[in-house]
Amino acid sequence: MKNFLVARLLQAGIVSVAVGALCFILMRVLPGDAAMRIAAGRYGPDARIADAAEKVRLELGLDRPIAMQFLEWLGSLARFDLGHSLVTGRAVAHELQVQLGASVWLAAAALVLSLLIGPIVGLFGGLKPGGAADRLGLMGAVIFRAIPPFVLGLILMLVFSRQLGWLPPAGFGSPREILLPALTLALGLAAMSSRVTRNAVAAVAQAPYFAFARYKGLSEPIVVRRHGLRNAAIPVVSYLGLQAIYLIEGVVVVESLFAYPGIGHALVHAIVERDIPMVQGTALMMGLMFVAIGAAVDLLTLWLDPRTGKTV
Amino acid sequence: MRMMKALFLTLTLGAPISVSSACAETLKVAGPWEIAGIEPAQTGYVFSRLQVAETLVTTDKQGTLAPGLAKRWTVSDDGLNWSFALRDNAVFHDGTKVTAEAAVASLRRTLGGVGVLAQAPIAEIAGEGGEIRIKLHKPFSALPAYLVHFSTIILAPSSFDGAGKITGIVGSGPYQVKTLTPPARLELEGSGRWWGGEPGISEVSYLAVGQGETRALMAESGEADLVFSMLPVSVDRLKANPKLDVQIATIPRTRILKVNAASPFFDQIEERQAISAAIDRVGITKVILRNADLAATQLFPPAMKGWNIARVEPLTQDVEKAKALLAAAGWTPGRDGILEKDGKRFSVTMLTYSSWPELPPLATALQAQLRRVGINVKVSVGNSSEIPARHKDGTLEMGLISRLYSIVPDPVGTLLQDYGPGGSDWGATGWDNKEMQAVVEKLAATSDASVRAPLQTQAVEILQQELPSIPVTWSELAIVSSKRITGVAVDPLEVNYGLSSIRWVK
Repeated sequence: MKNFLVARLLQAGIVSVAVGALCFILMRVLPGDAAMRIAAGRYGPDARIADAAEKVRLELGLDRPIAMQFLEWLGSLARFDLGHSLVTGRAVAHELQVQLGASVWLAAAALVLSLLIGPIVGLFGGLKPGGAADRLGLMGAVIFRAIPPFVLGLILMLVFSRQLGWLPPAGFGSPREILLPALTLALGLAAMSSRVTRNAVAAVAQAPYFAFARYKGLSEPIVVRRHGLRNAAIPVVSYLGLQAIYLIEGVVVVESLFAYPGIGHALVHAIVERDIPMVQGTALMMGLMFVAIGAAVDLLTLWLDPRTGKTV
Repeated sequence: MRMMKALFLTLTLGAPISVSSACAETLKVAGPWEIAGIEPAQTGYVFSRLQVAETLVTTDKQGTLAPGLAKRWTVSDDGLNWSFALRDNAVFHDGTKVTAEAAVASLRRTLGGVGVLAQAPIAEIAGEGGEIRIKLHKPFSALPAYLVHFSTIILAPSSFDGAGKITGIVGSGPYQVKTLTPPARLELEGSGRWWGGEPGISEVSYLAVGQGETRALMAESGEADLVFSMLPVSVDRLKANPKLDVQIATIPRTRILKVNAASPFFDQIEERQAISAAIDRVGITKVILRNADLAATQLFPPAMKGWNIARVEPLTQDVEKAKALLAAAGWTPGRDGILEKDGKRFSVTMLTYSSWPELPPLATALQAQLRRVGINVKVSVGNSSEIPARHKDGTLEMGLISRLYSIVPDPVGTLLQDYGPGGSDWGATGWDNKEMQAVVEKLAATSDASVRAPLQTQAVEILQQELPSIPVTWSELAIVSSKRITGVAVDPLEVNYGLSSIRWVK
């Protein structure tokens, strides 16, 4: 266990430096003048950008040697200071707290909704492969996986906002407003997780220990609860870990569509506007989150199946 | 099954909350503008349009200058010394009086930063006893118009920290900031101190919604009472909705083709005129903007009084004339139909950007139309800063841009920049016209309407003949409001949305 933690902390450290360096290099090699981009990001497309860019260049010291700028960033990072956004002027840590926080809430809501839909549909399908529930589940999974999120989002808006008037099509801050974007993401996620669950359950239902439990004379619900769920959960949990990562990355379209001020939306703006501290800070936090999610999945798998402990 | 579950979830979670929030009496406003930071030069327009902060001078609904925080202004006979007298009863949201000292400090900070004020020939800003005095290097009639610009909002000293960095917006308007959650939400409340009385609705909530489709749905679902900037495709549907009012105003914004008059493709006047004659403006506006009246037959739209000149020959499509003009300029069709001259193909890149969602489709329509006269155009959609960058290094060939002529309410401000020596980011490239420069200089120096009118006509005629920028379409602003509110007025200059005059329908 101690080794596990040390390994993960080391991993987090390596991820931080690697992500920071990579972002820094990538932002530098992108074509276009950074000062111009930052000026356009700050003052909008109606301003005299060329003049503003000269002031930006002086203000931010963009002419200094690149190595010096990178070392400065590393130095601040060691003091847990992510710097200030070049466009908004606010502390990156504060921006992340608001925007990454909003995205984490959205992702969590989507994950919970998808858990309420996907694994349950998959469980029914897997217990009787080829049955009506399985085929319906497959059809649903194909449909919801095939519809791009922005189309699905628009359909949900048309139904729940325009026709029924129950939910707002945009905004943030209350459970009412998070529901539609979360559902848009959740349906796509559930489409996949229902199939993964279905296959895991089907494999378990074919397993000798499952048949043995039935021969013992246990009732069907008890067989599923004692011998089915835990065994089938192992691949599903690993898959959910992957989905959580997909979610953090995949919220961009949904956030823009629903005017939800999350990190995906902010990161796209930051890259377009060459807001380097913001991009570095965001990528860093995301990298660390991936490490944390990976560790959580490993711990959960270990708890579900103690045999895997020997390989950790 | 999945859909039923989703429905069930939505019903159980969503329905009870929607009932409870329906009784809140907040005016809900949605618009496309995100609030990235609170520096006035960056997002001052959000605070001036929503009446949180005020400028010395403002405009009325006809676009003429009107008193703002300054009740009147005068200029010395030599045109160098301006004096602005402050209202006696204006108070900042922190309770302090709007004094000349506070206003001068705020304006001096603006003058040192990025924004239009730095472009006016200002030598000194001083003031005392309720009067602000601005001294100029040379006569400049448009100064009051420059003081309408959002970057010149007058903020209380408590808006800044010791180092002059902005920490909050403490203005003098009818509304004060309750909470701000950048980049999307701004909540306002009546300040109770405004010189103009109490606003009709005291609580306002603004939400930045980037997607046009989503904004339309906000209006249709009743989740927003007032929605700005609707897409042309949504307007007809919204007009048919009995719960909504749609108002449309032509705004002083023109989409133009900025061509590099120093490049071998556009250095002759015939070539620029040929491009103009090749464009089917009516077709483009009908299909993409859903309003054929927006076809730009000259640079300025009819709503700009004194700048839209009826007697100039309108720009219209004439493909044969375009071909003849190109032939006169020495271009002959090559084997594949693309024009050639001295072994060089007429193949150019048209840069545009997606800050305005209609620009990329307009660019591809223009691409197809120019192909018909033998010009090969490659469309490149990038960041808005690409155009100033390529203007600066001289590599720009052609750009499709959206130009606002009311950045300050007097178009002279924009013309000075755009068609002065060397051109500008959003104006001419490689076009140095001494006659135009002289006309604009004269316009800038005088505020006498009878002197200005013939000069304005002359400026428009030069631009129409020379076409350093080729007008394509004019623009309009569509605003949707719920029938629950009354008193909504469209401000074509987008200086002030007049939220304080809006009331609930009894």
